[in-house]
This record gives sequence, C-alpha cells and structure tokens, in this order.
Amino acid sequence: MLDLTYDAPAPKTIAGATSDWELVIGLEVHAQVATKAKLFSGASTLFGAEPNSNVAFVDAGMPGMLPVINEGCVEQAVRTGLGLKAEINLNSAFDRKNYFYPDLPQGYQISQLYHPIVGEGEVLVEMGDGTARVVRIERIHLEQDAGKSIHDMDPHMSFVDLNRTGVALMEIVSRPDIRGPEEAAAYVGKLRQIMRYLGTCDGNMQNGNLRADVNVSVCKPGDYEKYQETQDFSHLGTRCEIKNMNSMRFIQMAIEVEARRQIALIEDGQEVVQETRLYDPDKNETRSMRSKEEAHDYRYFPDPDLLPLEIEQAWVEDIAASLPELPDAKKSRFMADFGLSDYDASVLTAEAENAAYFEAVAEGRDGKLAANWVINELFGRLKKDDDKGITDSPVTADQLGGIIALIKSGDISGKIAKDLFEIVYTEGGDPAQIVEERGMKQVTDTGAIETALDEIIAANPAQVEKAKVNPKLAGWFVGQVMKATGGKANPAIVNQLIQGKLGL
Amino acid sequence: MSIDTETARRVAKLARIKVEDDALPALAQEFSAILGFIEQLNEVDVDGVEPMTSVTPQRLKRREDVVTDGDQQPKVLANAPDSREGFFAVPKVVE
Repeated sequence: MLDLTYDAPAPKTIAGATSDWELVIGLEVHAQVATKAKLFSGASTLFGAEPNSNVAFVDAGMPGMLPVINEGCVEQAVRTGLGLKAEINLNSAFDRKNYFYPDLPQGYQISQLYHPIVGEGEVLVEMGDGTARVVRIERIHLEQDAGKSIHDMDPHMSFVDLNRTGVALMEIVSRPDIRGPEEAAAYVGKLRQIMRYLGTCDGNMQNGNLRADVNVSVCKPGDYEKYQETQDFSHLGTRCEIKNMNSMRFIQMAIEVEARRQIALIEDGQEVVQETRLYDPDKNETRSMRSKEEAHDYRYFPDPDLLPLEIEQAWVEDIAASLPELPDAKKSRFMADFGLSDYDASVLTAEAENAAYFEAVAEGRDGKLAANWVINELFGRLKKDDDKGITDSPVTADQLGGIIALIKSGDISGKIAKDLFEIVYTEGGDPAQIVEERGMKQVTDTGAIETALDEIIAANPAQVEKAKVNPKLAGWFVGQVMKATGGKANPAIVNQLIQGKLGL
Repeated sequence: MSIDTETARRVAKLARIKVEDDALPALAQEFSAILGFIEQLNEVDVDGVEPMTSVTPQRLKRREDVVTDGDQQPKVLANAPDSREGFFAVPKVVE
C-alpha cells in the first residue's frame, strides 16, 4: 500500500482593514443512522411517509412509555467510530437534554453528553490539489432526532409531524482543526464518503439525513499555532455557531460571510458575542437566534429510564472484522496496484459502487486504460444519459472489460472502440461478437493497406510531390487510407508504409 | 448552597411551571433544603466506588432493529387539541 502523505493546506486568510485574519472552524455533523427502526422505539425511519404514521407512543412522549434501545443503532455508531479510527467506549450512558419545542413531545432529547459511545478519532481530508488536512474527531454520540415543524401551511398555525422524532442520529464532533470554507465542505464530504462505504448513513443531505452545525471564529496569523501547541482556546477568537445546514454550498457561504461579520465587528472595536446563529441563503447573511438563547440552559442529567450502555470488546472486534476496505486504503491500493494518478484514484473511489465496477473492469487488464475508459467514456456517457449512476449503467463491467481487451490485443483501434462502446451502450451484446459480425476489426493485413495506399498515391501525384518536400503532409495520406479502410487500418502500419513508399 | 427567589423563578420558567410571585420564597426555601441534603450526601467518601445504576444487577435491555410499531396516526393524534391533515396543529412558532 502507498503511504499517502500530504502537506497541510494553507489556512484561508481574509484581509481586514487593520490586518489579515485567519479562520478557525469546528463542525458538529448530525448523521442519521441507517437503520430500519428508531433509536428507542420500533417505529419505522422511512422518509416521506404520511405525517405522524411512523410514530410509536414512545416517540409521541405519551406518559408511562419507556425507551428500549435499538441494538442496530449501537452497532452502526460503533462501526462509524471504527471507520474514523476512533476509540470505542465500552461503557457509555444516556442523558436528558431538556428544552421545550412543539416538535419535541418528550420535553427532552435523549443524548450522550457525559459518556459518549465513541471517543477520539481522525479523518484525512484531501483538498484535491495535493494537500490534505488531518481533522481530529473529539467524539461521536448517539441521540434522538426531533420532529418536523412546518410553518408555511397556515397563517396562524404551525404543523408538526413526528415521523422523524426519535430517529437515531450520530453527532460527530470535530476539533477546531478546519481552516477554511472549502476545507469544511471537503470534511463533510469525506465523512459522508466514509459513512456511505460503511453503510451507516446514506448521506442524503436534501432529505436532511446529514446536517452540520458550524462553529466559526477568527484569529490573527500565528494565534492558531499557539492554540495547537497548548490546546488552550484562549488563543482563539470567540466563536459563533451556525445551526443546521444541509448543503455543502451553504456551509461554505455561511462560513465566509460569518467570518467577515466577525472581522468587521472586531475591527470596529466591538466584541463577538458567543451565540447561535442562522444562515439565510437568500440574503447571504447570518442572524442571531435570540429566541433560543434563553433555552440554552439544558439542565442535562442522566436519563433515569435507561441503564448505562455496556458493550463487549469481542462484539466490537466482530464489527471491526466486518468493516469494508475504506476510501483511503482503497485509493492508495488503486494507485499502487493499477498505477493510477491520485486524481483518477480519488474519482474512482468516491463511491464504493464505482470502485467495485472499476476493479471488475481492470482485473487482469491494463489498469490505466481501464481507468480512462471508466472515467472519461463511461462516466461521461452516463452523465449525458440523464445523470445515471453506475448501478444503472447499461454497459456491465464485463462488457467494458471486453472492449478494453479488444483494444489491448490490437483487434480494434481506439477510435473504433468508441463506436463499439456506443453500440454496446445502446444495443447491448458481446463486444468481441459485435466486432466480428460488423467487420470492425482493425486491418493489420499489410497487403490490404498497401493496396489502398498505392491507389491513393497513384491518384494524387501532386500531393506526393508536396509531401516529399514537406514530410508533415504525410498525415494527409494517413487520413486518406483511414477513410478508404473505414477507419479500421492499424495506424502504426499505415504510418510505416507511407514512410517507406514516399521515401521519407 | 442557598437558592434565592430569582433562581427559583428561573428554574420554574425553564420547566414551564407557572409559579405565582408570592409562592416563590417558599419554593426557594424548599430547593435550598433539598440541595442542603445533597451537600450532606457529598460528604460521604465514595472514592473508588462504582456508581450504582440499578438495585439488582441487570444489563440495559435492547431491541432488534425491526419495525414493530407505528401506523397508528389516528391514535397518535387522538389527544391533540387540534390536528389538520394528519399533522398536530399548534400555535405558530416563528423562528
């Protein structure tokens, strides 16, 4: 396996009126755990159901109902922790976070403040330009999601749907190791990729299955290094938390605009107040959520309905043994085994399905050629075809492998291969058989090519004279031979013959 | 530790329990008495003693990841003061 070592990217710098400022960012990512049932009830987690149909009485906060933990959620949290190279806590516990809101019928959220199930880990965040940041994970805890309030269906009422209430979330908390808007988006993207590989979260941001709270502060150049040396937060500026963002683009825009707001405040002699803010994409600004300020006294206490969660080391090891190959390992293996570039390996490992498809094509064949065909031809064609995913590809890995084998054996030229690919894509069939039946084989028979060339030379004496003076014009003859043979002549042989006949 | 009436007012508000002004001093006094008792408990040396979470030793009960509940919209909404089109309808909460 290749050792992937990268330089750290430069922090994002914003020029203020009095000095340069650097950004410091930490993220709390809420990932919906991919399970059938909720964290403490047997109700379904399926998205898009009739309102209040995926609701057990536990979720509705009915008196006397007791939570019973879903072991599947615990397993998924452990799996995620292992995927982030994190420490797994065999003993964890649940606490109540108390606040009142219509979409939280219990009056508290069951969470894990004091004893989270997963401890410290790390994520390698590649920036695609040869740099990468190692972002430290502080913790992952399990908690319940809230319901959904809809405010625009009626002028005087808010409508509440409890289908999402009690669905399991993993809150993945990073250290403030992220130094710019692009890094923040890349970090969320990497978490999403890892969790999709693991099958622990589908990462669907549109449905709200992956959302982020972003903590932003600014500091003067040099201050962040002091923090890293001492882990003393007093070297950093006061942070604001921007809540609940479910788009990579908005995360980046919100960070940028919030940093500029803080810089303007500080340079104006005012202070940044630590608070929760909301990003408004229409106005591209962040706003204080004053309404939530008072509720911030959550009066956490251990949930008396739930015993501590104890898991066994052997169980954790079983889960560890069942982990798939993860993106970093797969990428470095693709680079080492198939000779791929960092970029190509990244593209092919972005989704586990793409990587599996590529491997099936490349197996026992030319890896680089396979990568080119998968990335440029297949992905390009799928994109044009209604943005289809690899699982909907009409060309199977076997078929594409067959095309590549035909190129490699010299049976077809690269140009004919593209025609063949289109036929296989639209009509299907065995590539070798299609080539045979439709006479697409490359002509390597020197005699046939020579005959064609001789006719062209005989018919164009003026071109022959010109080419003798200017050898670059030999290309014209190549084109003519190709035309005469329907593109099937082997270009190397054509070139060779022309050189000989024209005495170049 | 003693709780003043202002703290009692704040705690009542956080818990959304309506307490009239004239009832606050008595409430504060009760809080103080409870906290006094807890402070007394704090005097016990429990160094090296595992917190006891259950009287009889038992493991947290678990369920399998199977859908066994739900599909009871009318029952879920039955006690709601107001519901529309399958939703709970509540006074507008504006963010």
